[in-house]
Amino acid sequence: MTTLLIIEQVLNGLQFGVMLFLMAAGLTLIFGVMGLINLAHGSLYMVGAFAAAWVAGATGSFLLALGAALAAAAVAGVLVEMLVIRRLYRAAHLDQVLATFALILIFSEGTRWVFGSFPLFLDIPDALSGPVSLPGGIQYPLYRLTLIGIGLVVALFLWWLTARTRIGIQIRAGENDREMIAALGVDISKLYTLVFALGAALAGLAGALVGAIQSVQVGMGEPVLILAFVVIVIGGIGSIRGAFIGAILVGLTDTLGGIFLPELFKLFMEPGAATQTGSALASMSVYILMSAVLIWRPTGLFGARA
Amino acid sequence: MKSLLMATAAATLLASAAMAEVKVGMITTLSGGGAGLGIDVRDGFMLAVKQSGRDDIEVVIEDDQRKPDIAVQLADKMIQSEKVDVLTGIIWSNLAMAVVPSVTAQGKFYLSPNAGPSALAGKGCHPNYFNVAWQNDNLHEAAGAYANTADFGKSFILAPNYPAGKDALTGYKRFFEGDISGEIYTQLGQTDYAAEIAQIRASDADSVFFFLPGGMGISFLKQYADSGVDLPVVGPAFSFDQGILQAVGDAALGVVNTSQWNKDIDNATNAAFVASFEAEYGRLPSLYASQGFDTANLLISAIGAADISDADAFREALRAANFDSTRGAFAFGPNHHPVQTIYAREVVKEGDVFTNKLLGTALENHSDAYAADCKM
Repeated sequence: MTTLLIIEQVLNGLQFGVMLFLMAAGLTLIFGVMGLINLAHGSLYMVGAFAAAWVAGATGSFLLALGAALAAAAVAGVLVEMLVIRRLYRAAHLDQVLATFALILIFSEGTRWVFGSFPLFLDIPDALSGPVSLPGGIQYPLYRLTLIGIGLVVALFLWWLTARTRIGIQIRAGENDREMIAALGVDISKLYTLVFALGAALAGLAGALVGAIQSVQVGMGEPVLILAFVVIVIGGIGSIRGAFIGAILVGLTDTLGGIFLPELFKLFMEPGAATQTGSALASMSVYILMSAVLIWRPTGLFGARA
Repeated sequence: MKSLLMATAAATLLASAAMAEVKVGMITTLSGGGAGLGIDVRDGFMLAVKQSGRDDIEVVIEDDQRKPDIAVQLADKMIQSEKVDVLTGIIWSNLAMAVVPSVTAQGKFYLSPNAGPSALAGKGCHPNYFNVAWQNDNLHEAAGAYANTADFGKSFILAPNYPAGKDALTGYKRFFEGDISGEIYTQLGQTDYAAEIAQIRASDADSVFFFLPGGMGISFLKQYADSGVDLPVVGPAFSFDQGILQAVGDAALGVVNTSQWNKDIDNATNAAFVASFEAEYGRLPSLYASQGFDTANLLISAIGAADISDADAFREALRAANFDSTRGAFAFGPNHHPVQTIYAREVVKEGDVFTNKLLGTALENHSDAYAADCKM
C-alpha cells in the first residue's frame, strides 16, 4: 500500500463526505429548526437527479441540468412542506415518520410513472471528464475534485448564511425558541417553508452532482438518507458545523475502512476469508463510529440537545 | 344404471380436471432500484402466456420490493390463501434462499427465472425446484473461459458481498487460468467505486472482472471510464443488459460480456420473441425478459403434457423441457439446472441504441460445478 494510494483514498473519502454533507445539511436544518424527521429527504435527492438527467438529455447542457435540479427539488420541497409537512409540526415524531415514509413511496412510484422503471442517463460534462495529474503523480478524476470544491463552497455559503445574515439569525433563533421568535413578529411559517426549500434544493443539487457518476434510478436516495441520518446524529442535530464534520468523518471512515480493514485482516487470516470478514466489518464501521461518538457525547459532537 | 352413473361421474371428474386452472404465483421485484429486472421477467413471462392463447393459466403477481422478509410473507400468502400450484419470479439470490426451500418443502413447484444460488444447485437441490436461467456461477465461469482466450494474465476481480457475489468470484476463478492480483467484496447496493478503482490502478492487474448487477454496474462503469484506468474489462451480462446499457452510455462500448442469450441468437423462436416483445412493450428485450419468456413456455409445455394435480407426472413433464427456447436447444441437467451454451457478446451501438452483438461461444453445453453434489 503506497502513500499515493492512501492520498487518493483520502481524496475519495473527502469527496464522499462533502456530498453527504449536502444531504445532511438540509436534513439537520429541517430537524433542528422545525423538529421534523423528514424521511422523504432522499426522495428530493432523487428528484434532483431525475430533473438533471431529463434536462441534460433534452438540452445537452450540464449547467442547465444543475439549475433544473436545484429548482425542481426546491419546488418539490415547497409543495411537500405546504401540502403535507405543515400539518405535522405539532404531531408526534412517529406520525411524521409515517407520513414522510408515505411520501417516499409516492415519490418513488410517481417517478416510475413519469420516467419508467429503467435507469436514466446522465453523464459528466466533457470539460470535467477524465483524470488530472496532481502533484506527486496522482491521477485523480477532475470531476471528483470539482465535487469536493463545490461541497466546500456550499459549506462556506451555509456558514455565512447562518452566522452572518438576518435569515440565519432567525433560523438559529427558531431552533432555540420558536414561540419567542413568532412573538417577535417573524413569520414562522414562511421561515419554515424557506428552510425546507433550502434543504430540498441542497439535496437536489447533491442528487444531480452524484447522478452524473452513478446510476439515476428510482430509490437512489434511500441508502444516502440512512448515512445522512448517521451524519447528523454524529454531528449533533441542528448544527451545520456538526453536519460538516460528521459528513467528513463518515466519508473517510466508510472509504478508508473499506480498504484498510481487509488489509488488516490479511495479516492473520487467509486472503479470501480476510476479504469477506474485512468487507463485512467495513460496512459496520460507520455505525461503530456513531456508537462511539454517542457514548462519548450523547448529543453528538456539536449538538445542543439530545 | 349404477355403472352408468359412475361412468358419468368419472367423465365429469376428468373433464373438470382438464379444465382445472393452473394458478401461478409470481413474486418479483417491481419497485425500488431493481425493478427493471423484475419488470422484464414479468413482461417476458406474460408475453408467453398471452401468445399461448390458454385461458386456464392464472398468474398472481406481487412485488417483493427486493426484501427477503416481504418475499417470504408473499410466498406464504400465495400458498395458503391463494392456493397457487407453481411459484416463480424471484430475481435475487438472497430472496430465493429465503423462499425456495420452504416452497418446495410444502410440495409446490418453483421455477426460477433468474436467481440460481449454488446452495440450491448442490446439496440443497430439490425435485420440485427447476432453474430455467442458469446456475449463478455459469456466466462468470464463461467470463473466466473468455479471459483465457483473450490472454489475460492477472485479473482484478470484484463483486458485492452477498451469495451471488461469492458465486461470481468463485465461478470466475474456477475457469480463469491466470493469477488474481486483487479480490474485493463491495457492499450490496454500493454506488461509489472510487476506492475500488484506486486499488485497481495501484495493482499490477492486466484485466478487470466485475459482477455488479443493475445500478451498481452503471455506477462502476461510468466511474471506471472517467478514472483514466484503461485495463480491459470483462463481466457477466448483468451489467450490460438492454435495460441499463442506455444509462451507461459510451462507457460500455466495446466491453465483452458473457450471456446465455442475445437478441441475435439465430433461431425462429428467438426472432419471433424479439419482434413480438418489441411490438408489445415498445422496447428491446433483455436477457431477463428472455428468461421470463422461457420460464413461461416451459410451464406451458408441462401443463400441456401432464395434469398439475399429479405432481410426479408434472415433474417429469417439466424435466423433459419440451419447449422451444429462445436459446435454441434447452435441456436440464440432473440437478434441474440448464445445460447450455454461453456466449461472449460485445456492446455496440446500433443507431442511437446501445445493445449487444454475439462474438462467439465462451462455453459449449455447459452444466454447473454443483450437479454432482445433488442427490434426488
